[in-house]
Amino acid sequence: MGLLDRIRQRIASPPHADDDVEGRTKALVVHGNEFGFDPFGLSRDHLGGAVKFARFLYRNYFRAEAFGIENIPASGRMIVVANHSGQLPFDGLVISAACFLEPPAPRLLRSMVEFFVPSVPFASYLFARWGQITGTPENCRRLLAADEAVLVFPEGARGISKPFSKRYQLAEFGKGFMRLALEMNAPIIPVAVIGAEEQAPAVNVKPLARLFRAPSFPIVPYPPFVPLVPLPVKYRLHFGAPMTFTGDPDDDDTVLDEQVKQVKHAIESMIHVGLQARKHVFW
Amino acid sequence: MSSGKRRKIVVTGISGRLGKILARRLHHDLDWEIVGLDRRPMTGRPKDITHHQVDLRSKAARDIFRAGDVDALVHLGVMHDPRARAAELYSWNITGTTKLLEYCQLYRIPKVVLLSSANVYGPRPDNPQFLTEDAPLLAAQRFPAMRDLVEIDHLVSTFLWRAQGIVETVVLRPVHIVGPVHNAPSNYLRIERPPMLLGFDPMVQLIHVEDVAEAIVSALAPGRRGIYNLVGPGEVPLSAVLRELGREPLAIPHPLAKPLLSLAFRLGISSFPVAELDFIRYVCMVDGRRATAELGFHPRFGLRETIQAAHA
Repeated sequence: MGLLDRIRQRIASPPHADDDVEGRTKALVVHGNEFGFDPFGLSRDHLGGAVKFARFLYRNYFRAEAFGIENIPASGRMIVVANHSGQLPFDGLVISAACFLEPPAPRLLRSMVEFFVPSVPFASYLFARWGQITGTPENCRRLLAADEAVLVFPEGARGISKPFSKRYQLAEFGKGFMRLALEMNAPIIPVAVIGAEEQAPAVNVKPLARLFRAPSFPIVPYPPFVPLVPLPVKYRLHFGAPMTFTGDPDDDDTVLDEQVKQVKHAIESMIHVGLQARKHVFW
Repeated sequence: MSSGKRRKIVVTGISGRLGKILARRLHHDLDWEIVGLDRRPMTGRPKDITHHQVDLRSKAARDIFRAGDVDALVHLGVMHDPRARAAELYSWNITGTTKLLEYCQLYRIPKVVLLSSANVYGPRPDNPQFLTEDAPLLAAQRFPAMRDLVEIDHLVSTFLWRAQGIVETVVLRPVHIVGPVHNAPSNYLRIERPPMLLGFDPMVQLIHVEDVAEAIVSALAPGRRGIYNLVGPGEVPLSAVLRELGREPLAIPHPLAKPLLSLAFRLGISSFPVAELDFIRYVCMVDGRRATAELGFHPRFGLRETIQAAHA
């Protein structure tokens, strides 16, 4: 079957056309008040467009595959921990789309936006309506206490901005997520994201980063040379079994290090297995 | 409490709307003997409310406490007037509050309640969604006119510890008060076409003035001391509040809003200082769980009722 035939076939019968986006949006648990807003500004009525866009990226653009989705608990608090890569934060969107579209009951992941977002017009309130929160530990604590799901990238900016040459090598993990997990007694779901690393193969131009006082200045080898549009790579997500930890959340970093390493290793081994199984970056 | 002597309470700022509502509640329902202290005259005053139209800094104010029969002081008299001279306001607010606290310690007044505001934390892009009482009071950084209130809050919070064992001190930090009151948020909500900043729609908290009066009453109970955020019946986006009130907001891009508002303020068309714009741009919400747990405070007005009260 030639490529043209394949394209024709896909247009005739798009895969997963049966995604019941409206039904899932309705089924979503939102702790809203009489006006339909939860304390963080999430509103079911505002989710529609965002969910459709996320679904398009997930199904059509990145043609994502999710493995081990049964590891996502149907309810209850959880911290989803994943590797962060690819210059643009599409990995967060794809993981969230998977948790919304794939399990029997939809889960909405609350991820943390940067502190500059509340001062950007439109992003300031739209992110809030879609359930995204300003990344403070108090906010996470409050959400976990309300049995919500929080998405954390412990590598943070170190992960997303690393150059192509460091692909699939995890940067240092922060310890905050582990303190939260211990304090709030929340299970950790490790997730390995495969594909995002290749969506914007970049080199970091350090002099320009210094000039603009940015943490990094990535350049990609295709127009417009700055990473704005991701390449249509194929995403593969591997969800690991929930990990529970016990201990004192206020322990020294060195004590927590062991537990953080366990999560990091879990993600690393899933990345390893996933890369072995992958036949091609784009399909 | 009807047996024996009536308890005597001094209320500063009694001539304001909240002052009158509180006085009515204390006087009618709880039978306190009320002494008002305000520079302004008090209209519609029941006969047995004593009113002293004096400056807080004056000797006459001291004489009220000297007799030693005062059971409580409620300090509502924090003056905020965007048109007044900053130096005069500062002296009135800071010196006045310092004096009041001095008398309370000297004449062993058992209870002091300060009405501060949740605005002392300041609307900021990096605020957590709900600020607790331990958060730093940063409002004055971007809004110099808030300096007086922040400093008064600090003065009284320090007094809470300094006069421990002599005076039970309560600091209340309510969110935006609505109802038949005149303050910046309720004045804003009365505008037919209120300005909003294009692309900004922060979550806000409102509280009904009667609920604030109720919280003050519960703070007067013996044994209660501490700093408490007061939260109304919930949080909604600013746009939802305006829609509920039937307003038609005017979306202005924020780079334009500042010069426009600054011009309008100078021309006397608007009474909102430019720094107030941050309140319709960033989140400044507080966590009210401590007041619920320790003061037993629950707002009696629902979310819709509270918003509708802005029509008053």
